[in-house]
Amino acid sequence: MYKYILKRLIMLIPVLIGVSLVVFMMLEITPGDPARQLAGSDASEEAVEQLRDELGLNDPAATRFVRYMWNACHGDLGTSYTTKSPVVKEIINRFPTTFTLACLSTLIAGCTGILLEIISATHQYSFLDRFATLFALLGVSMPVFWLGMMLIVFFSVKLAILPSSGFSTPLHWIMPAVAVGYRAAAIITRQTRSSMLEVIRQDYIRTARAKGQSEKVVIYKHALKNALIPVITVLGLQFGAGLGGAVVTETVFSISGLGKLMVDSINARNYPMVQGGVLVIACVFTLVNLAVDVLYAYLDPRIKSQYGGRVKAKKLLKNKNEAKGGGER
Amino acid sequence: MSEQVQLDKKKSMKEEKIRAFMKNKLAVAGAVLLLTMIVLAALSPIIAPYGFDEQNYEIARQTPSLQHLAGTDELGRDIFSRILYGGRVSLTIGIISVGIGLIFGGSLGVIAAYYGGVTETVIMRVIDVLMAIPSIILSISICAALGSGIVNTMIAVGISSIPTYARVFRSSVISEKSKEYIEAARAVGAGNARIILKHILPNSIAPVIVQASLGVAQAITTAASLSFIGLGIQPPNPEWGALLSSGRQYIRDFPHMVVYPGIAIMLTVLALNLIGDGLRDALDPRLKR
Repeated sequence: MYKYILKRLIMLIPVLIGVSLVVFMMLEITPGDPARQLAGSDASEEAVEQLRDELGLNDPAATRFVRYMWNACHGDLGTSYTTKSPVVKEIINRFPTTFTLACLSTLIAGCTGILLEIISATHQYSFLDRFATLFALLGVSMPVFWLGMMLIVFFSVKLAILPSSGFSTPLHWIMPAVAVGYRAAAIITRQTRSSMLEVIRQDYIRTARAKGQSEKVVIYKHALKNALIPVITVLGLQFGAGLGGAVVTETVFSISGLGKLMVDSINARNYPMVQGGVLVIACVFTLVNLAVDVLYAYLDPRIKSQYGGRVKAKKLLKNKNEAKGGGER
Repeated sequence: MSEQVQLDKKKSMKEEKIRAFMKNKLAVAGAVLLLTMIVLAALSPIIAPYGFDEQNYEIARQTPSLQHLAGTDELGRDIFSRILYGGRVSLTIGIISVGIGLIFGGSLGVIAAYYGGVTETVIMRVIDVLMAIPSIILSISICAALGSGIVNTMIAVGISSIPTYARVFRSSVISEKSKEYIEAARAVGAGNARIILKHILPNSIAPVIVQASLGVAQAITTAASLSFIGLGIQPPNPEWGALLSSGRQYIRDFPHMVVYPGIAIMLTVLALNLIGDGLRDALDPRLKR
């Protein structure tokens, strides 16, 4: 198990170098001159040229990339062009907001998703089941930012009970967290309804019923425990994506989190900020995915026991990854 | 005689799948809804009561009425007409960007799965790198690098979906390529290209079709998100995300400006999701929910 985690962590290094290379190349082809942007439109050509020299923008691309990677290994992702403070510091400043939003929306998604899953599985084809299906279908069909705007129209404009922008008090948290969480809950309901139905038809559930246990114990103690495993995978993936910044949601609610920082930086051609941001987001995203894989194995003894017998475990994980690739990202 | 039997069997299987899809009421409803959206968008110059850029300051920001079904915007343009015209842009972007993802992601996935070895390792490591960036961040970065505009938005959304299609194709081809009929084809001397195009692809396409129909929905949403944050399609163009983006500043006083374009997106995505679910149930009974 530890060997596996270590191996995955080591494999993270080439992926991150690849990510930086991809971002670096993308910024290379981006039109616009950061030195001109920084100096302002009325600066003289000499001043801009001097600034370009200072920032090292005249060096060949390869040199700049190697220098960037070398600094990144030392925890230096450069300096933001707009605020002149270190990129790492900017990201750390914004991170708590994004983290709170990701946690809250995952919490909402988890509670709603699991509740609907239980309802769907225990009352298959009933009115409640149909309601859950419809709820899920609507959730994946509404763009999150539009749902956010509709919440603003209803709760801030019409009822005037919730603030429409910012993220300072728990009251501010409700609408963004609901907007992001609803979609995630919908994805969970859609992807895991079948797994709960499958579990409920297993032999061990029949055994539990046969030995005379109450329906409550059967559902909550026997069925749910087993059906939760795929839910946790989906939840983890949603959490990882949420940490990457609910980019558009943060824009709708004017929340100064990581996502909004990225959008603002792109619009301001703040190269180091964009580069550092994508790198950090990719890093967090991959780490969360790794954690999800490990948790998955930990929760399911059938997989855990197979970590020793390598071939089978690999096969199982591969199947799972493929299922992940085909799902809704 | 035996050939005749085989032909019948093949035909009946296809028919059976079509019948399975048609029996699914929700899926048929989705297909009808999508078809309506496509027809409305395609015929927008004929159907739309006003031009998409017809300005009239005297009637600016009117709430919905019989003259203006979805109201008017800040320049007095008819929002209903703009939504109809915008459907052309949004649907085109959705379909073409999925095409881009399918062609490039598909080729990469098929090549990786078919040839295996070093080729597979190299391709899949590149895909891993792209997978490490959340797809919305990836498409934002690409869109920022390329600049705004319809073509660039399609490319950005298309590239960001490449990893998904590469993986779906790969897993589908892997499960197919070790089957006996492939060995048989190779034994009678079929080349790699022939085996891939004539034998493997037709048999491994089912999960891809399902993914693609859901992918169009996702592409439309992603493109709208890009336009909404100011990349992607720029305002005078009535793309749905751009409509939402320009209506956003009037959300307090004139919410109708953001309600209707969003409903258009929602209905289209809903239709595509219903079709995708129906296709999955019909094409791949193993995945039936």
